[in-house]
Amino acid sequence: MEPLDGNAIAGSLLEYFGDEMTLVRGTCRHCGAIARIAELRVYGRAPGSVVRCRTCGNVVMVLVTIRDEPRVDSRHLELLDPPGQLTA
Amino acid sequence: MATLRDETPLTKTIRLELDDWSGHRAGQHVDIRLTAEDGYQAERSYSIASAPEDTQLALTVERLDDGEVSPYLTDELRPGDDLELRGPIGGYFVWEEPYGGPLLLVGGGSGVVPLRAMLRHWAAGPRDVPVRLIYSARSLEEVIYREELTRLAEETGLEFHLTLTRQWPDDWAGHRGRIDRALLDQVAFPPAQRPLVYVCGPTAFVETAAQALVASGHEAGRIRNERFGPTGT
Repeated sequence: MEPLDGNAIAGSLLEYFGDEMTLVRGTCRHCGAIARIAELRVYGRAPGSVVRCRTCGNVVMVLVTIRDEPRVDSRHLELLDPPGQLTA
Repeated sequence: MATLRDETPLTKTIRLELDDWSGHRAGQHVDIRLTAEDGYQAERSYSIASAPEDTQLALTVERLDDGEVSPYLTDELRPGDDLELRGPIGGYFVWEEPYGGPLLLVGGGSGVVPLRAMLRHWAAGPRDVPVRLIYSARSLEEVIYREELTRLAEETGLEFHLTLTRQWPDDWAGHRGRIDRALLDQVAFPPAQRPLVYVCGPTAFVETAAQALVASGHEAGRIRNERFGPTGT
């Protein structure tokens, strides 16, 4: 399956974090690579998506929607910027 | 929904009247959710085709035969129908005048949709930034916004390069074949001009184009990609 990128989960992340997230940078806790959320590899889409580091391929985030409620597990991604960043 | 217009045999542009819309930025998308009578829901993202300056919000939707949402939007939707929509969404794949350029837009298939929003935004402004569009389509009849892009190229400083990958007319004088490093080296701004590049299309198209750009010496940090596809739908 060909992956999409973090742009595809922007809507779910907006709902979960309450703000735009695609420009937010994160450090992969597996390999230390830094990327913007838009640049991560996304497999599958809402209601369930697995997000992988574009450098090492390990899972850094999982999104699921349960009864209309988005849930995000991002423990393997250290977010470096506050939500809502609008310019690079 | 206000009006529907055929763009190509597979794509339609839907214009929407919105009660409560805060405006959008060129390149952003919306999520559309459909709910069946039994409660089953499907949600997909569609790029906004209109510029912030346009009076109506427009989406251009490509019909996917095995799609859950697009066949409804292109075949069933009628003027006056309501749609459940979330947005505008996205901040990464966005271009605004202050970002500058030169602006290089690279689109494959319906990946041209958000690029068209950027072009319309550019055309509505002072047009200080040089802009080029490299657009890859399977055949001439599948070229979305062909008239508009041709007219923009004639009337503004837009440089428009169209390449056809599967079929072309006998007298076709444009480019043939997929976007590759040779074509990019020929028609893109040279890397020394440090263009700001936006690439949008199916995943394989984006991977190929972005890798060719980097191989040609373009700065990875000035290339922004947006992949779309039926993946996972």
